[in-house]
Amino acid sequence: MNATPPTPASAPPKLTVENVSKRFQTERSQVHALDRVSLDVREGEFVCLVGPSGCGKSTLLNIIAGLDQPDIGRVTADGKPISGPGSDRMVMFQESALYPWLDVLGNVMFSLKLKPALTNAERREVARFHLKLVGLEKFEAMHVHELSGGMKQRVALARALAPNPRVLLMDEPFAALDALTREQLYGDIQRIRAERRKTIIFVTHNVREAVCLGDRVVLFSANPGRIREQFEIGLPRPRDINSVALAEHSTKITRALKSHLSSELAEVAE
Amino acid sequence: MKRSLTTLLTFLVLLVIWQELVHYGIWSHVLVPAPLDVAKYFWDVLRDGSLLSATGVTLKRLLLGYFAGLVLALPLGLLTARFKFVHDTLGVLALGLQTLPSVCWAPLALLWFGQTESAMFFIVVMGSLWSVLLATDAGVRNVPLLYVRAAQTMGSRGFHTWFKVILPASLPFVVSGMKQGWAFAWRSLMAAEIYITILTGFGLGNLLHYGRELNAMDAVVGIMIVIVGIGLLTDKILFSPFERMLHRRWGTAK
Ligand SMILES: Nc1ncnc2c1ncn2[C@@H]1O[C@H](COP(=O)(O)OP(=O)(O)O)[C@@H](O)[C@H]1O
Ligand SMILES: [Mg+2]
Repeated sequence: MNATPPTPASAPPKLTVENVSKRFQTERSQVHALDRVSLDVREGEFVCLVGPSGCGKSTLLNIIAGLDQPDIGRVTADGKPISGPGSDRMVMFQESALYPWLDVLGNVMFSLKLKPALTNAERREVARFHLKLVGLEKFEAMHVHELSGGMKQRVALARALAPNPRVLLMDEPFAALDALTREQLYGDIQRIRAERRKTIIFVTHNVREAVCLGDRVVLFSANPGRIREQFEIGLPRPRDINSVALAEHSTKITRALKSHLSSELAEVAE
Repeated sequence: MKRSLTTLLTFLVLLVIWQELVHYGIWSHVLVPAPLDVAKYFWDVLRDGSLLSATGVTLKRLLLGYFAGLVLALPLGLLTARFKFVHDTLGVLALGLQTLPSVCWAPLALLWFGQTESAMFFIVVMGSLWSVLLATDAGVRNVPLLYVRAAQTMGSRGFHTWFKVILPASLPFVVSGMKQGWAFAWRSLMAAEIYITILTGFGLGNLLHYGRELNAMDAVVGIMIVIVGIGLLTDKILFSPFERMLHRRWGTAK
């Protein structure tokens, strides 16, 4: 298990991030959130972005989602530049961002309502299918505030899956959950990914989580936000977060992360 | 059930004591009408229909002005929230005018519209407009940005985002603004009706005014009771269902 450069895939990459830079201007200072970041993601690949907070992970995800624009560089999906949000790329946020004025089914149907080709019965059917996929078929009439944190993220997952996107962008979706709920979701997300064949970019600051879920773990460093190192994870699936092999991988990556962190601090001190 | 019975009994006992105090001249009936006198007043005005027609006139003024105010305030509130320029101009104006009891518009309204229903209408609109506008503005500003971004990723744009995300998300603010606007409109209408006589219709406020002129305190107290009743009833009919819906969906404490 060595640090490897991104492996050239036989098929053209699904998503390419080409030389993307992004700065944020605040009143007092300027933040260099992303500095010449390039990344290729293969069709069907599960990529985890890991790094300390503030290293630009969310910024990159938002740019891929089309919610923000890079200052320079560009992102392409299937060779076409991304100019705005699109339902081929759905996002799951850390806070579920579910709508309290809609019930569970209404939330999952939100994106489907924007598809004029579907009848209402079809929309309901698609929404119910995805609620079942996340194990919440019995809760479709509940209000958002009645759900636990884990259930909310399941609904958010169903909502993101409902329009059948090819890419799923997940920004620390499990960070606010307790360990037990999280472990259940690791299992679910691996199962759903195998069933539904999605390309997934998953942001986390938890190395173990990244190793458990990712085909590849991409390490970021902050100030400016850069990709430092990438690791292919060849462990067989489904993976158990508590397995020894997984722990070995994450120890190695954690060590790499720490050495980048300390070199960063050294750079700052200079 | 038992508690409302206790409440009812307590008020009954107080009424009896009140009746006896006036009956034995401990309280002068010129200053305080006896409950039975008020009851008799109710009986009379219900039979000749004058109370019902006054209530009708008042309610019509109130509802017309209030809903016109709402229809104006909602889009204006969206505009102040959306455009900085509108916020810095109309928003500031609204903030100022909201502090002005709208009956203060009466002199100008009389000048502009004469002693007409339009003057009343204007005063009621001024009562509800500003607080609903400001509440809509605040509601929209408090919509989490994440709601809008999530909607965009799901393909929502422009008007769809405004009507399916921003407006429903700001409902808790808007409804409390609607309630405040209602209270302002109602109080201002009462004040205006006492203050202005309009020949096309006598409202409850006009009746109250003439009760005072004639020194008929039984009429005054009777009309005050009707005004309280209307206030309670509209709250139950207009706002309680909305508020229950909000509590149920948002999970806010009662
Ligand atoms: N809208 C913004 N305005 C100003 N600064 C921002 C904005 N968004 C992000 N930043 C800054 O950019 C840096 C990277 O942020 P972010 O991508 O959220 O990091 P991460 O998700 O890795 O924690 C941080 O220093 C953050 O403060
Ligand atoms: Mg983040």
